[in-house]
Amino acid sequence: MANDGVDKGRRRFLTATTAVVGGVGVAVAAIPFIKSWQPSARAKTAGAPVEADISKLEVGQMVMYEWRGQPIWIIRRTQEQLDVLPSLDPRLKDPKSENGDQQPAFAQNEYRSLKPETLVIVGLCTHLGCAPKLYPELTPEPFDADWKGGFFCPCHKSRFDMAGRVFDGVPAPTNLVVPPYYYVDDNHIMIGISEGAA
Amino acid sequence: MANRLTQAASGVQDWFNDRAPSFLPFYRKHMTEYYAPKNFNIWYIFGVLSMVVLVNQIVTGIFLTMFFKPSAAEAFASVEYIMRDVEWGWLIRYMHSTGASAFFVVVYIHMFRGVMYGSYKKPRELVWLLGMLIYLVLMAEAFMGYVLPWGQMSFWGAKVIISLFGAIPYVGDILTEWIMGDYLPSDATLNRFFALHVIALPLVLLLLVVLHVFALHEVGSNNPDGVEIKKGPKGNRWSANAPADGVPFHPYFTVKDLFYTGCFLLICAFIIFFAPTFGGLFLEHDNFIEANRLVTPEHIKPTWYYTPFYAMLRVVPNKLAGVLTMFGAIAILFLLPWLDRGKVKSWRYRGTGFRVGLFVLAICFVWLGKIGAGPGTDPVETIIGRVLTVSYFGFFIFLWVYTAFGFEKTKPVPERVTSHD
Amino acid sequence: MRTTRNLLGSIVIGMMLIGAPAAMASSAEGLAPANNSLSDIGSLQNGAKLYFNYCSGCHSLNLMRFSRIAEDLKLTEDQVMQNFNFSGVNFGERVPAKMNPADGKQWFGAAPPDLSLMARAKGVDYIYNYLKSFYLDPSRPLGWNNTVFPNASMPNPLWELQGLQTASFAPAHGDQPAHFEKFELHQAGSMSSEEFNKVARDITNFLEYTAEPAALKRTSVGIWVLLFLTLFTLLAYFLKQEYWKDVH
Repeated sequence: MANDGVDKGRRRFLTATTAVVGGVGVAVAAIPFIKSWQPSARAKTAGAPVEADISKLEVGQMVMYEWRGQPIWIIRRTQEQLDVLPSLDPRLKDPKSENGDQQPAFAQNEYRSLKPETLVIVGLCTHLGCAPKLYPELTPEPFDADWKGGFFCPCHKSRFDMAGRVFDGVPAPTNLVVPPYYYVDDNHIMIGISEGAA
Repeated sequence: MANRLTQAASGVQDWFNDRAPSFLPFYRKHMTEYYAPKNFNIWYIFGVLSMVVLVNQIVTGIFLTMFFKPSAAEAFASVEYIMRDVEWGWLIRYMHSTGASAFFVVVYIHMFRGVMYGSYKKPRELVWLLGMLIYLVLMAEAFMGYVLPWGQMSFWGAKVIISLFGAIPYVGDILTEWIMGDYLPSDATLNRFFALHVIALPLVLLLLVVLHVFALHEVGSNNPDGVEIKKGPKGNRWSANAPADGVPFHPYFTVKDLFYTGCFLLICAFIIFFAPTFGGLFLEHDNFIEANRLVTPEHIKPTWYYTPFYAMLRVVPNKLAGVLTMFGAIAILFLLPWLDRGKVKSWRYRGTGFRVGLFVLAICFVWLGKIGAGPGTDPVETIIGRVLTVSYFGFFIFLWVYTAFGFEKTKPVPERVTSHD
Repeated sequence: MRTTRNLLGSIVIGMMLIGAPAAMASSAEGLAPANNSLSDIGSLQNGAKLYFNYCSGCHSLNLMRFSRIAEDLKLTEDQVMQNFNFSGVNFGERVPAKMNPADGKQWFGAAPPDLSLMARAKGVDYIYNYLKSFYLDPSRPLGWNNTVFPNASMPNPLWELQGLQTASFAPAHGDQPAHFEKFELHQAGSMSSEEFNKVARDITNFLEYTAEPAALKRTSVGIWVLLFLTLFTLLAYFLKQEYWKDVH
């Protein structure tokens, strides 16, 4: 009665088409709003790579830089510390750094660095984010009678070796993070971006 | 498969109806069984359009609040941060600023429709009063919003408008200090205007809009012929009891309003993407300079939607009288249902005097707007402004005399609505 | 009948919409149009170069990032860092003032303002003419005046290119104040007046860009939005027509 002579098919088609086009329009209109949440130019600038000067970094010394609000430690390791690294493999959770999330491809080696002597590492424990303390001496420690140098986190007693690799039997699940970086020259490291990605 | 889906859907619907039984009747009462006159013309789209703009202002406003810093030290720079550093921030900002002006274009046309067709007359006086309250709150909301970018015009406009309250005898100075929270518009003023603009007034506005629509739905819509369809014959092709000249709001007017919304968005999009400052009318030149309390701009003028009232304020030589005139011009609109004693609603059937009067009112308003936007130094223009102000008020006095003492000669009003668009 | 009335009404409103900004915009009396074009990348690049050579010594551009200038003007990071960045800040940082504002106030009487938004505050025609309207005036502290901004504290930064010009004024008579008549070239600069007009235009163009970097993208996005909305409105029209067959 109310629908005499109504072409229902045409009505359904037009309604559906308009609804779909309208829906697409709303979805596309939402994009700028969603994208506005991405890091702004200001955030990106503040998070830009940081150049570290290591010309004065002596063997056994550590220097700290900040990148994206994180402490970045640069340590010139001693030959003794480097030589002992392979012997620690059986005691570690991920000795070969197989977890690709924790370091760039160039750091998937025994030393977890571009050049063996210099370690570049994010100084945050991978358990809950405390800053571990550097214990560089290869002497017995209260937390480890067979200590060969590395990092000890006071919060929940996690331990890492001098390549930032996490020990078995500690709460931290993964190795310390190695950030992307590259050598601008022998005395300068650009932290925050890998070579070629610049 | 489709059958399963529809079964599931109606299952959900039944579950819901068992727990909230009045939701479906509510939907029917306000959408599918709200019978609107079938002769609605283009003047009737502006209520819906103002709701579209309201949604736009709220959504874009929420996102702006994510990046804006409401302190005198950081506000101006934070707006430029939005324009430059935030991805698509410029678009969100322009949508908000264009929407603010579009709001007033739409609302003024919406109000004019009301005067043309007598939509403020019995039984719709409450709808009109709520609408006038919305207009007042909207003006306050837009004023505070304009102060937030803390440009030169933000600061000096705030200074001038707040100082108007200083004209009130005895309490004036205390009042202005209390409004500003300081001895001049400052960080304290900006911060509280931010709170009012972002939360308080939008909530009030939403409440008033809901009440406005409910009040309308209680008595049903007017139409261009001013004929009460509820008093006419009953029975149409959708319902035996509904007015014969009524048409279900959904789907007929939802579909019609969808089309007009598309047209409206086209115009707004053109402005947003091709002329966002609209020649300095929507985003004023002086507001691209950060507020400086030691340097007064050459021409302090409010945004275009206040200019008619600003002109009235300026042409009256006494400050207090000017303030009263300005607020009186808005207050008198509240009284319209009681000033107009005529029984005939639509100007189509009203006396020539009314049509001429309405035309004069429109001219006065627009011309006063042009005067208000100018420097206000020309003495001839000031005299014209005074004539226009008197004419503006004169319309209402004329209307009362015209209708209360039977001078109006109306045409016969038809029984049924005359056509549909 | 009704449709023609509606159509006429919409045309009137449309014309008002288009005419209003033109009518309301304070057209600067007597200012030659700048005629710059934001789509002319070459002009923007030249304007940037001129800006950093002649303006950035005193004026900051503290809303613009070097990286943004590079991206929008299609310059490489090296080009921007070597030719524009005299302050040694990082690529992503904003262009700082080389002159301390307090010094500027002391030396010039007013600190040179930041120029990022000047084109939006004053308009491009103003800036274009301002750059061309400096003239020698021994009565001023720095020996310069400007017909577009009388008694400006700023000296002419481009005099080597434009040359030195003087201004002649018609004397005051009656209640008519003395008014500017024309410029006269006192000493030629390195450029012809046509070449110098391009200098002024390019700097103006660059400043129009810095006032609203999004303008480069705004119009191209807008075309797509308008096309989509036209499609949608058309569909909505057919949908409306279809349903309104029911009425009557």
